[in-house]
Amino acid sequence: MSTDIKTFKSGSPMAETLRMDRMPHIWCPGCGIGSEVNSFADAVKRSGIDPKKLVVVSGIGCTGRVAGYVNFDSIHTTHGRAVAVATGVKLANPELTVVVFSGEGDLAGIGGNHLIHAARRNMDLVVICNNNFTYGMTGGQMTPTTPGTAMASTTPYGNYEYPFSLPLLMDACGATYIARWTSMHSRNVTQSIEEALLRKGFSFIEIISPCPTLYLRRNRLGDGVDQLQNYQDNSILKHGADTRETAIDYQGKIVIGKFVEKNKPTYLEAANKCNIKLVGDDYQLYGKTIPEREAEEKAEKERIAARRAAMETAEPEGEEESVSARKPAVSKVKKSATKPAKKVATKSKAKPQPVKKATAKVAKKSVAKKAAPKTSAKKAPAKAAKKAAPKTAVKPKTSAKASPKKSRK
Amino acid sequence: MKTVTADPKGVDSGPHFMDGDHALAEGALAAGCRFFAGYPITPSTETAERFAERAPEIGALFIQMEDELASIAALIGAAWAGQKVMTVTCGPGFSLMTENLGLACMTETPMVIANVQRGGPSTGLPTLTAQQDMMQARYGPHGDNMIIALSPDSPQECFDLTVEAFNLSEFYRVPVIILTDETVGHMHEKVVIPPADQIKVLPRNNYSGPKEDCRPYKFDSKGGHPMVRAGDGYNFHITGLTHNERGYPVMTAEQNVKVVTHLMEKILSNTDDIIRLDEDQIEGADVVVVSYGITSRIAVKAIQDARKEGIKVGSLRLITIWPFCEKRIRELSGKVKAFVVPEINYGQMVKEVERCAGGRSKVISVNHCGGAVHDPAVILDAIRKANQ
Repeated sequence: MSTDIKTFKSGSPMAETLRMDRMPHIWCPGCGIGSEVNSFADAVKRSGIDPKKLVVVSGIGCTGRVAGYVNFDSIHTTHGRAVAVATGVKLANPELTVVVFSGEGDLAGIGGNHLIHAARRNMDLVVICNNNFTYGMTGGQMTPTTPGTAMASTTPYGNYEYPFSLPLLMDACGATYIARWTSMHSRNVTQSIEEALLRKGFSFIEIISPCPTLYLRRNRLGDGVDQLQNYQDNSILKHGADTRETAIDYQGKIVIGKFVEKNKPTYLEAANKCNIKLVGDDYQLYGKTIPEREAEEKAEKERIAARRAAMETAEPEGEEESVSARKPAVSKVKKSATKPAKKVATKSKAKPQPVKKATAKVAKKSVAKKAAPKTSAKKAPAKAAKKAAPKTAVKPKTSAKASPKKSRK
Repeated sequence: MKTVTADPKGVDSGPHFMDGDHALAEGALAAGCRFFAGYPITPSTETAERFAERAPEIGALFIQMEDELASIAALIGAAWAGQKVMTVTCGPGFSLMTENLGLACMTETPMVIANVQRGGPSTGLPTLTAQQDMMQARYGPHGDNMIIALSPDSPQECFDLTVEAFNLSEFYRVPVIILTDETVGHMHEKVVIPPADQIKVLPRNNYSGPKEDCRPYKFDSKGGHPMVRAGDGYNFHITGLTHNERGYPVMTAEQNVKVVTHLMEKILSNTDDIIRLDEDQIEGADVVVVSYGITSRIAVKAIQDARKEGIKVGSLRLITIWPFCEKRIRELSGKVKAFVVPEINYGQMVKEVERCAGGRSKVISVNHCGGAVHDPAVILDAIRKANQ
């Protein structure tokens, strides 16, 4: 079957969320960024947020090009400054949802200062970090996350620096939502991004991803699919894991899951509170009083909930055909009973299916929960996970207990 | 430029006794600036402090960023989200800002940056004056780019020129740099802020036409093109890469010619509208003193003394530093015996004067390294020498 690029562009289910006039994209075959962008676009659709009010900001590098392919307001900035630019966007118009999509070299290397301070301020941003352990665009140099002994063009005899564990870094800085997945866990990535889009505060989602052209080839690790197999074999699902235990060794275990989710006032909420104290209830930001802003926000939440509800009622008919064509695994999830997901945590050779099924199920539950206003939905995913636990056994504690044994083995 | 009267909310009308730094903040608020991202650095910090203090009552927002790199980056984001934006800094911070100053030039983002100059290089003289960043303002960012720079000589002008800086910035969609100095910044003088209906400001021009015709850029070497605001549903894309009018990357030599020509010519072919000079007794003068900022006020004493001695001295004060007033200097060269250029640096703007004089008139540099203003006697000596 040959692929006609024109048919592909017009017929793509992502035609609304991606800039089809910019396709084909620059990413290599086997690269994880494409599937992450797909997950992101999917998450935006599923979240029910107004795409007009979404701004995507990227830095420099392979992942930095994401801004050029998503069909939203998008800003491709200088190297490392994406978070700072996004801060400006969010503060200049608090009605916008602002997403930073960039690589680990951009965010944690040259842009490290902006990243930690945005987390410290609890700036209302969603930061999606594609971590492929390498500077791809410039030819495969070492990054702040490159694990020890890995080869890079600037560590030709093996890396001897200590890498960052990004979840730990973000946790220490006060990020209020921290998750890590690999580019193989695209449904979880979608779910995490969806959650992050709907919540307030600084959300950090790390996605471990293969760079077949540079990192994998230089380290003789095969191609993209081989690395996905590695992710499948070596990832340990551990919701609520202590972020101090999330370090990644060379080709070692990768702890995945949602590590942190907590609430605290965002930068703007704190600023507004202080200013109301100072100026009084008629305090305005850009010509709107805070109660007016809150009312607008509430109305927007209701619109989002309505869109999500509409989507869920529309889903069953549409899903069967579109999904069965694209992702046969999903329809199976709906029908077949799910097997305990803890197997993934306990057996390294476990099949990917249980994780997918289990988490997909959780996703469904939490989505249903989240149709309610945000405040009550804040802890929904965690609750949903617990509720679903008896059936699906994604109980954080179970896997948390089980996996250390596993890793010690 | 279709100006409107200022929003009275940001205008603290009446006579004040304030320093140049505070006048910069008041000018910004009067011009409609509602977003300020800054990082403390002597001798510019007072501007940030003033803005932070005034912001809540006006409904503006001040944020102290983690560094100057972040400050100017936040301005770019805020400008595309619809706000008029400003930051202040001085030499060391300005060095950091040059990175995204380049991005702001490339993405044609309106913003105002005040550089309250202090002695350098490096950390230099944090509390003492200088005019050493004149060339950095023009040539700081890598690659060809063109900005507008203004230089006030008093706190009153700090106010007036900040309003004008915003208007130029909005019209030409270019960063405008206010090159003031520590002396003006920390000098307290009478500043009269006019009533709001007497302040002319250019409002942000946001695109509002059909989506398919939306272009963030137009490469026609002109100003006056609308911005596209985030959240208005136009799905704009902007990038620091060489791009087409749609904002998409097009990395070819041909496209680079189009973009760079536009970025340069939108300023250089409109110099008649942009450049403001303050001239005094130039007609029939033998010697013309070319000065700017605080130095122009020192030069006044020397000029008066020289005139008492019977020397025909004219004064040309540069209010607009960049684009440089090439045309005016060329007109005068050959007609006057000499140009005298005093400045608190090792000789920066004098090179522009020399270039435009083209050897037809003498050019005498009265340079003076940072830390203090000139002794008027030194300038007077130079005028005497020039008249010989």
